Amino acid sequence: MAEPKFEEVLKKLEKIVADLENGDLSLDEALKKYQEGIELARACNQRLDSAKKKIEVLLKNKKGDFELKSFTEGNVE
Amino acid sequence: MQSYKSKEKPQDSADLFSQRRVYTVSEITQEIKSILEGSFGTVWVEGEVSNVNLHLSGHCYFSLKDKGAVLPAAVFNYRNRDIKFKLENGLKVICFGKLDVYLPHGSYKLLVEKIEPKGIGSLQLALEQLKEKLGREGLFAPGHKRPLPYLPARIGIVTSMSGAAIKDILKVLERRFHDVELVISPAQVQGEVAKEDIVRAIQDLNDFNDRLPQAAKIEVMIVGRGGGSIEDLWAFNEEIVARAIYDSAIPVISAVGHERDWTIADLVSDVRAATPSQAAELAVPEKEELSRKIAGLLDDLDAGIGYALAGKEEVLCASMDKLRLLNPLARLDNYREKITGFASQVVVRMQHFLKLKQAALQEAASRLGALSPLNILGRGYSITFGLTDGKIIKDAAWVRIGDPIKTRLHKGEVVSYVKEANKNGGTKI
Repeated sequence: MAEPKFEEVLKKLEKIVADLENGDLSLDEALKKYQEGIELARACNQRLDSAKKKIEVLLKNKKGDFELKSFTEGNVE
Repeated sequence: MQSYKSKEKPQDSADLFSQRRVYTVSEITQEIKSILEGSFGTVWVEGEVSNVNLHLSGHCYFSLKDKGAVLPAAVFNYRNRDIKFKLENGLKVICFGKLDVYLPHGSYKLLVEKIEPKGIGSLQLALEQLKEKLGREGLFAPGHKRPLPYLPARIGIVTSMSGAAIKDILKVLERRFHDVELVISPAQVQGEVAKEDIVRAIQDLNDFNDRLPQAAKIEVMIVGRGGGSIEDLWAFNEEIVARAIYDSAIPVISAVGHERDWTIADLVSDVRAATPSQAAELAVPEKEELSRKIAGLLDDLDAGIGYALAGKEEVLCASMDKLRLLNPLARLDNYREKITGFASQVVVRMQHFLKLKQAALQEAASRLGALSPLNILGRGYSITFGLTDGKIIKDAAWVRIGDPIKTRLHKGEVVSYVKEANKNGGTKI
């Protein structure tokens, strides 16, 4: 299974907050949700922090294979 | 008269026949052809298109008509002509061409060289026609439109490396979310090859994406170019481009020209951006805002758990109050009273029991007293002990003459010495 999408994690986190605010949970559940929420927030932040800037140009060589060429502002005329 | 008449008539007719010019069919038709073609040359004719028939030969036959007449017309090598729109029945057009008589059929028609829709530009008409066709096929169906990813792992871009669009997109991305991964699939976006190039670039991105691991997939692509004339943007109105966008497995944001430019690509794309800059804004959220949002959610989370805990505490307090009301200690007092009652009863009964036992004891004691050897002494019996060993003497053989003995009487003791000991008698006493 691939790592869940950012927005899914974010949605889950929002849901947890809503659940907690609703207050219908048992204490155990509330604490569990809280713990889960903290972990999700951490995952979100990690995802934001781990993003790397990378701009590449997709080219097909004569053999029909794809090549990624690093993009520099100089490429833009 | 009659004979004269009858005589004269054939004569007249003979004259008539001798004077008349008889054409062969070919001659007359040829004559018509040269008159028609000679006197009109090339003409502009306006009319409504009907009976369109695209022949297998590649020629297109149709009729031009108005209220009063019909003019057959044909476009030879229809497909090879630069006619942007599709010839359809009911279309009002202006045709340019020459009249032609086709000898074998004895028919004439307008051989059309150029054709223009009347009242509307041909590009515009072509656009309308393609729009209608693709619409009917469902290429613009809302159901086909896919949602954009919130934060794409990678973003594909199909545009010209030399255009304004790429600069605009990069500028916006730098501002909003500068750590994003981009894959640019360059394409010419103007001129004759543009449509094929755009199609290829879209397909390249899709093919390339198929080889990427799940976590590194291109999740959205921007297809577009900066502003220009309708002719400049025309590639984005081409059918093959529309189909490539429709078929793209990667969701497409179209970004063609300016706000006012709507192309077919915009209709078929998953999301239409007014400009390339706006496309970039749609593609990624603002990083700062996201960070703020997560921080906000964390605060909410804290507040939420606090709230949840406070709620529990409240419930707990309420329960404790209730518990206090239902306190079994109150009932304990009753029990205590009962217990006290039982306890005093126990004391009373115990005292009674003790009295009974005391009485019994006294009786037993008095009976015991009756049995006491001292009482026997009272009746005149005595007990004799050896003075030295204190042993009760029960046998005369146990003493020798002169032994000191002590005799216990009912009252007092007598110490004496043995004068005589009769082992077998004593009954004399």
